[in-house]
Amino acid sequence: MIHSLFLINCSGDIFLEKHWKSVVSQSVCDYFFEAQEKAADVENVPPVISTPHHYLISIYRDKLFFVSVIQTEVPPLFVIEFLHRVADTFQDYFGECSEAAIKDNVVIVYELLEEMLDNGFPLATESNILKELIKPPTILRSVVNSITGSSNVGDTLPTGQLSNIPWRRAGVKYTNNEAYFDVIEEIDAIIDKSGSTVFAEIQGVIDACIKLSGMPDLSLSFMNPRLLDDVSFHPCIRFKRWESERVLSFIPPDGNFRLISYRVSSQNLVAIPVYVKHSISFKENSSCGRFDITIGPKQNMGKTIEGITVTVHMPKVVLNMNLTPTQGSYTFDPVTKVLTWDVGKITPQKLPSLKGLVNLQSGAPKPEENPSLNIQFKIQQLAISGLKVNRLDMYGEKYKPFKGVKYITKAGKFQVRT
Amino acid sequence: MTDSKYFTTTKKGEIFELKAELNSDKKEKKKEAVKKVIASMTVGKDVSALFPDVVNCMQTDNLELKKLVYLYLMNYAKSQPDMAIMAVNTFVKDCEDPNPLIRALAVRTMGCIRVDKITEYLCEPLRKCLKDEDPYVRKTAAVCVAKLHDINAQLVEDQGFLDTLKDLISDSNPMVVANAVAALSEIAESHPSSNLLDLNPQSINKLLTALNECTEWGQIFILDCLANYMPKDDREAQSICERVTPRLSHANSAVVLSAVKVLMKFMEMLSKDLDYYGTLLKKLAPPLVTLLSAEPELQYVALRNINLIVQKRPEILKHEMKVFFVKYNDPIYVKLEKLDIMIRLASQANIAQVLAELKEYATEVDVDFVRKAVRAIGRCAIKVEQSAERCVSTLLDLIQTKVNYVVQEAIVVIKDIFRKYPNKYESVIATLCENLDSLDEPEARAAMIWIVGEYAERIDNADELLESFLEGFHDESTQVQLQLLTAIVKLFLKKPTETQELVQQVLSLATQDSDNPDLRDRGYIYWRLLSTDPVAAKEVVLAEKPLISEETDLIEPTLLDELICYIGTLASVYHKPPSAFVEGSRGVVHKSLPPRTGSSESAESPEAAPTGAPPSEQPAVIPAQGDLLGDLLNLDLGPPVSGPPMTTASVQMGAVDLLGGGLDSLMGDESEGPRGDVSGSPAMGGTNFAAPPAGTMPATLSAPIGGGLGDLFDLTSGVGTLSGSYVAPKAVWLPAMKAKGLEISGTFTRQVGSISMDLLLTNKALQVMSDFAIQFNRNSFGLAPAAPLQVHAPLSPNQTVEISLPLNTVGSVMKMDPLNNLQVAVKNNIDVFYFSTLYPLHILFVEDGKMERQMFLATWKDIPNENEAQFQIKDCPLNAEAVSSKLQGSNIFTIAKRNVEGQDMLYQSLKLTNGIWVLAELRIQPGNPNFTLSLKCRAPEVSQHVYQAYETVLKN
Repeated sequence: MIHSLFLINCSGDIFLEKHWKSVVSQSVCDYFFEAQEKAADVENVPPVISTPHHYLISIYRDKLFFVSVIQTEVPPLFVIEFLHRVADTFQDYFGECSEAAIKDNVVIVYELLEEMLDNGFPLATESNILKELIKPPTILRSVVNSITGSSNVGDTLPTGQLSNIPWRRAGVKYTNNEAYFDVIEEIDAIIDKSGSTVFAEIQGVIDACIKLSGMPDLSLSFMNPRLLDDVSFHPCIRFKRWESERVLSFIPPDGNFRLISYRVSSQNLVAIPVYVKHSISFKENSSCGRFDITIGPKQNMGKTIEGITVTVHMPKVVLNMNLTPTQGSYTFDPVTKVLTWDVGKITPQKLPSLKGLVNLQSGAPKPEENPSLNIQFKIQQLAISGLKVNRLDMYGEKYKPFKGVKYITKAGKFQVRT
Repeated sequence: MTDSKYFTTTKKGEIFELKAELNSDKKEKKKEAVKKVIASMTVGKDVSALFPDVVNCMQTDNLELKKLVYLYLMNYAKSQPDMAIMAVNTFVKDCEDPNPLIRALAVRTMGCIRVDKITEYLCEPLRKCLKDEDPYVRKTAAVCVAKLHDINAQLVEDQGFLDTLKDLISDSNPMVVANAVAALSEIAESHPSSNLLDLNPQSINKLLTALNECTEWGQIFILDCLANYMPKDDREAQSICERVTPRLSHANSAVVLSAVKVLMKFMEMLSKDLDYYGTLLKKLAPPLVTLLSAEPELQYVALRNINLIVQKRPEILKHEMKVFFVKYNDPIYVKLEKLDIMIRLASQANIAQVLAELKEYATEVDVDFVRKAVRAIGRCAIKVEQSAERCVSTLLDLIQTKVNYVVQEAIVVIKDIFRKYPNKYESVIATLCENLDSLDEPEARAAMIWIVGEYAERIDNADELLESFLEGFHDESTQVQLQLLTAIVKLFLKKPTETQELVQQVLSLATQDSDNPDLRDRGYIYWRLLSTDPVAAKEVVLAEKPLISEETDLIEPTLLDELICYIGTLASVYHKPPSAFVEGSRGVVHKSLPPRTGSSESAESPEAAPTGAPPSEQPAVIPAQGDLLGDLLNLDLGPPVSGPPMTTASVQMGAVDLLGGGLDSLMGDESEGPRGDVSGSPAMGGTNFAAPPAGTMPATLSAPIGGGLGDLFDLTSGVGTLSGSYVAPKAVWLPAMKAKGLEISGTFTRQVGSISMDLLLTNKALQVMSDFAIQFNRNSFGLAPAAPLQVHAPLSPNQTVEISLPLNTVGSVMKMDPLNNLQVAVKNNIDVFYFSTLYPLHILFVEDGKMERQMFLATWKDIPNENEAQFQIKDCPLNAEAVSSKLQGSNIFTIAKRNVEGQDMLYQSLKLTNGIWVLAELRIQPGNPNFTLSLKCRAPEVSQHVYQAYETVLKN
C-alpha cells in the first residue's frame, strides 16, 4: 500500500513529507529528479518509476508533484486516483492547491493526510466526512478559536462514515432548499488541414450543487437518455434504476459534487461549432513567412460562440510575429514560442481574422512541421450533444425546493492541424 | 494567522524554546508548541529530542492536541523505544473510551508505533477492538492486524488474530468486510503459501454483496480479491460477471480497471457461443475508452493495460481506433503508448486512416515520437499486407523530406519490408541509395548495407558503394562491420569476377585486424567456405531466408495470459510477471487464466485454453523420461569442428566421450547388444567424434574448456588434501531394486575449492555392467559433472567401485523445489536410471567468502529487514571459538566477534558459488547450548538451507 508521500515544487524542493509506515528517506526522490531531468518538460515525467527498493508513482498538478512511495504490488491507478483525491481535498479546503496554501496550513494538511490514509489504506476521502472530522480554516474560525480555545478537530464520529450512504451527513438543514444542475459538455476534436474531422467526441459531466435539508431522494430524468451509453456514476446513483428505467435516482451528497460523467462517442455525429480558415507558410531560403487565420461559426445551433482563444505553438525558428487582428488582441512569447490570440465572440457579419508576417531566424532551414492550432470557446445555454433534462422529482421530504438546470458547451482538446 | 509562522525560528535555539513552551501550563501555548514541532517534522527536521516533552502532552481531553501528539509519536517512537513505552498506558486507557472515535484512534495509532516492546501491550486492546460493537472501530482494528503482522508475524499467528480477521469477512458491515479483505490480501502477499483468503462460493457471495455497498477503495480490494477466485463452472463465472459489470460505470478508474480484470479473467471460462459473451464484450469497450479522457497519468496506466487487452481480445476495441489518435500536447509517455496500440488495432478496414495519422505524426517536433511513428508505418506494412504498397510510398515521401532522422528510420523499416515481401518493392532502391551519405546511425547504415548486399545484382555500382564503407571499417560499430562482411561476400558470390579483391580485403580486415571474436569467427567461416566449396558457400550465404514474422513484438501467449491476471497492477505497467521485478521475489504465486469449460470451444481455439490449476510450485517428482533424455542429448550435441585456427579443441575430449558411448546406446536400438561398443575411454570415443561438421553454422569454434579445467582442478585438490568442509556419510541414493541391480550410494564433498560427488557403485546383478555415464538435470545452482564418470573396468557382479566425480557450477540453472534438489540420470549398458538427491548447501560455500568489515556493515544495513530470518540451533555444546573455527572449515567466516551483555555475538559471512552473499549473526550464551542464528540475504530462499548447513556443520 502507499508508504509515503512527498510534495515537490517545480524547482525541485521537497516541501512536505508524510509517512504512513516506517520513514522512507528523502533520498528516494533522487530517482524522481533523475527522471525529471531526463524528461526535460515537467509534463513528461513518467508517472511510474522503479527504484531498487521502491516504486515511485507521481502526479503533476497545479505546478506541484505529488510523489508517492510504494513497496509492494499495489494497483497504480489506485495510487494515482488517491493522489488526485488528495489534491482535490487541498483545493476544497484551501481554495487553491499551491505550495503557499499548503505551507500556510501545514498542520491541517498533516491532519488531513493522517485521516485520509491508515497504514496505506484509504480511510476517509469523502469531502463531507473529512470536513466533519477536520474543519476547513476560515478567518472567522481561527479568530474564534484563538479566543475560546476550541479546536479545528471534530470530536464525534462522522455519521456518514459507516452508513450505506457515506457521502451524506445526517441532520442537514437549510432555510432555502435548492438543487442546481450544470450540464457541461466539452468537445474534443482533431480537425485536419482540409477542415474535415479526424476525430471528435463529447465529454460531458453533470455537476450538481444540492442544498437540501434532511434526506431527500431525488430522481432526474432526461428527454433523450439514449444518448448516454457510456456513463460513469457517482456512488450515490442507484445503478439498477438506471439499467431498467434510464432514470438517475439518488440520495445526494450535501453541497457540490459531480453526479455523472459521460462520453458521446465518435460513432454518433458530433457537431463542430466553429471552423478555421488558415494559411501558414514559410518561404524557402528567406527569413519570413505568412500567417493568416480566420474563424467562423459552423454548426452552432443559432447560439453565440464566445470566449474564443487560439493558442499556437510556433516552430522554434520563429523569432517574432507581426500580426494584425481584426478583433481582440494577441501576444507572442518569443521564449516559449507560444502565440495567444484572445478573440472574444464571433459576430457572423464580420468574421475575426489575424494575419501578418512571421520573422524567422536567418539562415535556419525552413521549419518542417506546421503548428497545430488549439482553440478554446464557450457556448452558453447549449448542450451540443442535444442532451436535455426532463424533470427532477424529490421524495422523502415535504418542502418544495428551488430547481434549476444550466447548459454549457466548451472546447476541450480542440485541435486544428495546419 | 497561518501555519507558516510555525516555521520561523528565533536566535536562541529552537529546540530549547520549544521545550519551554511544551512544558507551559497554558493549554493554548502547549498546543501551539506541538504544532510547531509537527511543522518542523513535516519538512524532515529532526525534533526527536523533544520526545518526553511531547509525550507529556498526551493526556488531554483536547482531541486535536491528542491527534497531534499521536502524529509525533508515530514518527519518532522507533528511535526512542524506551520512551514510547511511557505512552502505552494512555493508549490502553483510550481503547476503553466510550467515544468510538477515540477507541479507533488509539488502536490505529498503536499499530503505527513500530516498536517490538509495544506490540505485546497491543494484543489485548486489539482483540477487544476486533469485536467492538461499533463497526468503525472494527474496521480500524482489521487494518491494525495487518500492521502488527508487518512488525511481528509470529505474534499475529500465535494470538489467533488471523482467524478473527477471516471471521470479519462475514461481518454485517460492508466497510468492515472491505478492510478485512484488504488486510488479509496484504498479509497473504508476504506469505504466498498460506491459504488465507480461502474463497468458496459462500464467501464469494458475501464479498459480492459487500461490493455494492462499500466505499470505492473497498471495492478495489474486493475486486482484486475476487480475481483470485477460480469459479467451478461457467455458470458461476457468468453470475459473478453479471454482478461485477455495474462497477464498469464507476467514476473511480481504479475500480473500473479492477472490474475489467475480473471480467477478462472469468470470460475465459465462458463459451463464445453464449449470448452473454457477446454482451460482455460490448460492455467492456466504453469504460476502457472513458479511461482515456482522464488525467494523463491515469491514461498512461490505462494504455499499458489496454495494450494487453487488445492483444488478448482485439475484438473489444476494434472499432475504437480513433480514440487512440494522438493530440499534439499529450505527454510523450502517452503518445508512445497510443502509437503502440494504434498499430495493434490496425487492420485492412482502418489502415487508410492510420497511415494518414502516422504520416502526420512523422512531421511532429518530438524526435522520439517521430522515430516511433516512422517505425510504426513499417510495422503496418508488415501487418496488413494490402497496405504494404501504400506504406512504402508513404515512407518514400518521408525520405524526400530529407530530415535526417526520418530518413534513417525509414531505411531501417524498409529493410524489414523487403524481408517480408521479397522481390516486390526493389524499385525504390535507387531512392534509398541517394541518401547513403546522410546515414550516420549504425542501425541505419547496417540496414542500408544489408539492402545493397541482398540486391547486389540489381545495383550497378554495388561494389563501389560497399567499398566506400570499407574505408572506415575499423571505426564502424560491430553491427555495421558484420553486415558489411556479409554483404561483400554476397556480392562476391553474385558477381565473382569483379569483386575478388574486395572480398579478400574485407576478409583480411575481419580476420586479421579485428579484436572482435564474433567478427573474426564469421570471417573465418566465410573464408573457409569460399576456399573449400564455393557452391556450398552460395547455398549457405544466399539461402532463402524465412519471412519475418508478422508481429515480432507481440507478447508471448503464456506471459500474456499471466499478465491478464495482473491487469491494473505494476506487472501490467511493466509487462513483466511480478516474479521478474518484485523484490526478493517474495509473494510470487503464478497466476493463470481459468480453462474454458464450454466443450465446443476447446477444439476450435486451442490457444485459448491454457492449463488448469495454477502451477504454483515445481513438482518434486522426477521429470518424465523423455524430458531428461532431451536434456542429456542437448548437452552432448555440438561437437567441436576441427580446423586450422582451432587449438583448444582437444581439451574437450573428456566431455565428448559421453557422446560416443552414451548417445549410441541411448538412441540406438536395444538389439545392438550391451557389448556393441566398449567405449568408456576417451580414445574410443574419438572414433565417433570424427563425424563431419554438422550443419551450416559451426557455432563452437572456440571450444568451451570448462570440462578440462574441472579436471585440472580436481587433480590439484587430490594432492593437497587439507581439512576440507564437513562430509556427510554416504547414503544410498539409488537402491538396487529400482535400478536392475545397480546400487548407488554417495555423498558430496568440498575440498580446496572444488566440489565432488563421491560415489559407491555396487553391482548386485548377475551380469557385468559397463558403459557408465552420468548426467544431471538443470538445478538451482548449475551443478554439473566436470568430467565424465570414469569407471575404468567393467563392473563384475558383487563388485563395488568407489569414484569421485568432480563437479562444477557452470551448468544450466533452473530453480528447484526444494532448492537443493538434484536430479541425476545414470546410464549403464543395461538401462538409464533416474534418482534425485538433496545436496548440503555448504558444499557451495566458496573460499573467498570473507567479507570486509565495512562492507559487511553496509550490506547488513542495505538488505531490507523482511529478508532477515531467524533460527534456533539447539543442543550445541561448543563455545564461540570452537564454533568459529569449526565453521571456518566449511568456509563460513567469522568477521567480528562482540560481547554484549554476557553473550557472544559472532558476525559471519559466506558466499555461494553463484555469488550470493549470506550474512549471519550468531548469538551464543555461555552455558546455554541453544544458539540463535539470524541470516540476512538478498535471496531469502536460501536462508533455510544455510541454516541446515550450520546445523550439520556444527553438530558433526
